[in-house]
Amino acid sequence: MAFQHDTGLSRRGLIGTGAAIGATALAAPAVRAQPAPIKVGVVAVLTGPQAALGSQLRDGWLLGVRHLNGQLGGRPVETLVIDDELRPDVAVTKVRAAIERDGVDLVVGVVFSNILAAVMRPVTESGAFLISTNAGPSTFAGRGCNPFFFATSYNNDQVHAVMGQAAQDLGHRRVFLMTPNYQAGRDAMAGFKSRFRGEVVDEVYVPLTQLDFSAELARIASMRPDAIFTFMPGGLGVNLVRQYRQAGLANIPFLSTFTVDEATLPAQGEAAEGFYSGATWAPNMDNDQSRRFVAGMVEQFNYVPATYAAHAYDTAMLLDSAVRRVNGDLSDKNALRAAIAAADFPSVRGSFRFGANQFPVQDFWLCQVRRRTDGRFQTETVRRVLEADVDPWAAQCRMPARI
Amino acid sequence: MWTPGRRSAACPRASDAPIVARRDAARDRPGFSVNTTLLLVQVLNGLQLGVLLFLIAAGLTLVFGVMDFINLAHGVQYMLGAYLGAALAAATGSFWLALLLALPAALAFGLLLEFLVFRHLYERDHLSQVLATFGVILFLNEGVKVVFGTAPMQMPLPAGLTGGVPIMEGLLYPTYRIAILAAGLGTAGLLWFLVERTRAGMLVRAGAANAPMLDALGVNVRGLFLLVFGFGAMLAGFAGVMAAPILSVEPGMGDNLLILAFVVIVIGGIGSVRGAFIAALLVGLVETVGRGLLPDVLRLFLDASSARQAGAALASMLVYIVMAAILAFRPAGLFPVRR
Repeated sequence: MAFQHDTGLSRRGLIGTGAAIGATALAAPAVRAQPAPIKVGVVAVLTGPQAALGSQLRDGWLLGVRHLNGQLGGRPVETLVIDDELRPDVAVTKVRAAIERDGVDLVVGVVFSNILAAVMRPVTESGAFLISTNAGPSTFAGRGCNPFFFATSYNNDQVHAVMGQAAQDLGHRRVFLMTPNYQAGRDAMAGFKSRFRGEVVDEVYVPLTQLDFSAELARIASMRPDAIFTFMPGGLGVNLVRQYRQAGLANIPFLSTFTVDEATLPAQGEAAEGFYSGATWAPNMDNDQSRRFVAGMVEQFNYVPATYAAHAYDTAMLLDSAVRRVNGDLSDKNALRAAIAAADFPSVRGSFRFGANQFPVQDFWLCQVRRRTDGRFQTETVRRVLEADVDPWAAQCRMPARI
Repeated sequence: MWTPGRRSAACPRASDAPIVARRDAARDRPGFSVNTTLLLVQVLNGLQLGVLLFLIAAGLTLVFGVMDFINLAHGVQYMLGAYLGAALAAATGSFWLALLLALPAALAFGLLLEFLVFRHLYERDHLSQVLATFGVILFLNEGVKVVFGTAPMQMPLPAGLTGGVPIMEGLLYPTYRIAILAAGLGTAGLLWFLVERTRAGMLVRAGAANAPMLDALGVNVRGLFLLVFGFGAMLAGFAGVMAAPILSVEPGMGDNLLILAFVVIVIGGIGSVRGAFIAALLVGLVETVGRGLLPDVLRLFLDASSARQAGAALASMLVYIVMAAILAFRPAGLFPVRR
């Protein structure tokens, strides 16, 4: 029953994108016979409260493919969109079906680390490459690194550590920390403290279902810290940011990760203006690739993209360069792996290369929310906090030289 | 990326010990007077959450009490109110106009749901009601996603209520929250008048006590229930519109509040508006003040870092512990409806 339901969904995804690609192929002047298409499974959460993030990821990939005229390295590409529903069991079933039944060559995407952990073995053991465009858990950066796995995003800890370093650089001596009471929240605090040397005046854990932050805001006001650091994904962040502004606390600098980004800014609006976040990329990045990407997203999907979309767009460009390098021949896994690892593509982030654990070695930025000329809000880079940063787990990775 | 399933990070970092020591020294700095103000602020916050809960719980307790009907979809009506408010505010550019239009829209939608779904469930057992109304939750949560998109929506504060009152140094108490408190208390007063002092209210109370007898006396219980149901839906919608400027308007936003609303009506005594009012304020206070104070109280017995974690965990359970304690002594709630 569940399996049939699943089949229907996947087929529809395949046909939908197939039709879109057919249309692009018709529009293109080339009429000669095309080689067999490359099939790519894009795994993203498209239902439930976090669907906004998955939609960004999917749209970023689709725009990348469109800018490449529906081709990866000269071979047409067929995108199979897979909704993981933020449920590991569902993700595994659908990804298995995509690999075994639909013959997917590559799997990209995944917003959440627990979903990535679930699909890791099914994909890599089948001999397909898995490229994470967002989730970057420490396990797979360190001891659990895998020759079939690449991340084009970051290691989760890095982003929080960036804010720790930024707080340090900005000269904040007393910082108040607040995160949800679950593993990722505790990791965020640990990541922040790994680089912050000042005084942590208080650490507050709130339930994941928290709606009203007034108790915590009163506490912050009574402590009068130099700054606060928080990690409040999705709706939690929308509530916190607006209530923080309404409580008149905005004169205390607001440092955050995954709390103010383009996925939540439409709901936070001017309440978030001037608030800080840490990121690998921001829509104001000054390079041609980034400008083309942002303009394309606004035109095509009518929203300002966040890093979820940017990393997915980069991944399309990365795979294009890799397939071109191996002349469209995906059968030699070692050659394909070397071609991906070469990362010979124009990134929206400017500089981009892979480290030994196949995670990026890249710059991290302190970003601030500002108003665009069209009245919408976006994060903008303030300054580079970490340059060519290698994640703290890379040293633990024993990456095999050949597959 | 964040995820519930992530492994613990033993990431190379500075030792915790000096940080903890320094922060404990800092904690002694604020004197007793500051803590009293903080407590007062927390009490105010608790009351404000309480009246919001009351607006939702009032409709729920009447529907449950009068018709013995479990409506899990009540939280979705709160969500719909918030979405209607946000969409209408965006369209008209005025909070007040949006509020004015959202109320009849929420009422109409509640009556539509009653006509399409709930009407067919009154004679069924509780399990069927729970299943069907849970289905309505799923349907409408996905429905708003289709209509309004997955990203959270924004509703601006009403003009004239954007400021705040300085309540302690460095903290403004938003005027809008005071308005919520006032609106909630006003609604409670109005409800008390309607239920205790009008003929319709008398029938509602009679229905809660013994509906079959009321029916036998020739009162149109179905019509009465439709009235109660529509009014309850409108109250939930009102709560949604009022909450929209401070809370994120997103699919599923009513689900967490629904659980608290059920706690409220169980503590208050099912069918009792007065009970719901007292219980809503109690739950709001326990939830807010408990969250603020528990970590500090636990610090008397535990070291700082375990007090923080245990305090946070215990604070989220506190409401349910209070509910269990009250039900142990008063199994029918604080103000049971006499049968």
